[in-house]
Amino acid sequence: MSSGTENTRRRGILGAPYESIADLGALLQRTIDTVYDMFLFTWRTMLWLITRLPQRANLFNNMYQIGVLSLPVVALTGTFIGMVLAVQSYTQFRAFGLETQLGGVINKSMFRELGPVLAATMLAGRVGSAMAAELGTMRVTEQIDALSSMGANPIHYLVVPRFLSCLLLIPSLTIMAVFMGAVGGEVYCIFVLGIDMHHYETNAKSFVENWDLFYGVIKSVFFGAAIGLVSCYRGFNCEPGAEGVGQAATAAFVQSFVIIIMLDLALSILLDEIYLVFWPLTSSLLAS
Amino acid sequence: MVSAEPIIAVQDLHVGFGRQNVLRDLALTVPRGQTLAIIGESGCGKTVFLKTVIGLVHPQQGYVEVNGRRIDRLTERELARQRTRFGFVFQNAALFDSMTIEENILFPLRQHQQDRRATHQQAMLDRLAEVGLPTSVLRKHPAELSGGMRKRVGLARALVMQPEVLLYDEPTTGLDPIVSDVINELMMRTRDAYDVTSIIVTHDMITARKVADRIVMLYPLSRLDAHDSPVIFDGKPDEIDETSDRRVSQFVRGEAGDRLMEMRQTK
Repeated sequence: MSSGTENTRRRGILGAPYESIADLGALLQRTIDTVYDMFLFTWRTMLWLITRLPQRANLFNNMYQIGVLSLPVVALTGTFIGMVLAVQSYTQFRAFGLETQLGGVINKSMFRELGPVLAATMLAGRVGSAMAAELGTMRVTEQIDALSSMGANPIHYLVVPRFLSCLLLIPSLTIMAVFMGAVGGEVYCIFVLGIDMHHYETNAKSFVENWDLFYGVIKSVFFGAAIGLVSCYRGFNCEPGAEGVGQAATAAFVQSFVIIIMLDLALSILLDEIYLVFWPLTSSLLAS
Repeated sequence: MVSAEPIIAVQDLHVGFGRQNVLRDLALTVPRGQTLAIIGESGCGKTVFLKTVIGLVHPQQGYVEVNGRRIDRLTERELARQRTRFGFVFQNAALFDSMTIEENILFPLRQHQQDRRATHQQAMLDRLAEVGLPTSVLRKHPAELSGGMRKRVGLARALVMQPEVLLYDEPTTGLDPIVSDVINELMMRTRDAYDVTSIIVTHDMITARKVADRIVMLYPLSRLDAHDSPVIFDGKPDEIDETSDRRVSQFVRGEAGDRLMEMRQTK
């Protein structure tokens, strides 16, 4: 076999550029194939989602694993992120005598950006990798084949409940992250930095609107969908062996995170545009 | 009873993964009620053949017919229904790790007969008794059982839907001789009790001789000429010792011959 590969290699002065172009072409081909596969996988998941709901016990079990068990870690990290924001911003705000405005900045950041991104990152790390590893192990040990051989559809049985759980429960995780971040920031500002509670809370309330919470929650739904789909896809297409399962888990987290960040930018632009359409007066007042 | 009517017919089957061809030009019919053993060295495509029969692997060319219907022409729903007529015993049993043994055996029933829950429990207990396992295993998880017990649970799960065809992938691999013989006896009892058609993929000549009515030997494509058939033996178990094909007799007797030299040269 190796001799065949050797024969296809060009030697001489054009050998190296030729090899590079061939490698680049192969990489491009693999990328296109993966994107197409992912699209098909998503399409099949959506079809099963609308044609037949998963069994209740299966769905609730996944919701518990994905949502309920993620709450403590999201709450803890949210609290610390709120406190870190307070620490990082305090010196600059104090220089201008604006330390009572810290609540507004912390809450706005948590509601719009850090809450949803933090919840999504924790979900991708805690749940996405685990889902990819679990499904990858099932692929490697023929459990997915066994499901199919018994007339069950693996996408319906394995992917749909996980996808739905990510989609439905990430808003709760986001709200938890936002709430705990706001609490963490306020506690630190009031009890450690000694900022007046009345002024802190008044400013915090005036800065944040209902739209900000909606903004974060809407983003998180897209993040949850991406985590569910990417992680399940990686698990389903796991390479054989323990190394393959490890790679699937790593790829699930890395790819989910990259997609989260890209979606975050796109959704931020889109949601701001929507806000401008519905509340142009408020926006212009804010701008002025 | 073996009837003349084929339950499975394979025509001109070509299966490959990427650039690697695994099966080429394979034609085979399996009459209803027959127990067919497919033997051959690792990498000759035995398991791939089994998975192609049930539609888990899609051929590049050719087709598989079950009860006269081509499975590549079935809709997804029809294929799912078709698969309930098959029982598949996987090499490592492929039990669902997250479920108990009870849930594993009940799984096919719960998937397809949700309206008959009262009878499920009895069916599950009957199959468990048939494979000789105590009810104390029901609350356990697959990881808590030995290899032989897992294989028997896999057989109980495959039997619970009372299939027409049973597919066994290396049923005795990795088991000690006594447990292997227990599995052989179970395959024979199952054949007699349910009158099923069985296809057994195995390396184990003791199993093939003891359980099968017919043996087919496949040979790896990488070691065949372009137009040679991958089937190098097709006959009754007692005929396999009389074959003049050196490749078959070498496999049957378990002799390395010049294979070690060939492997070194391939490297």
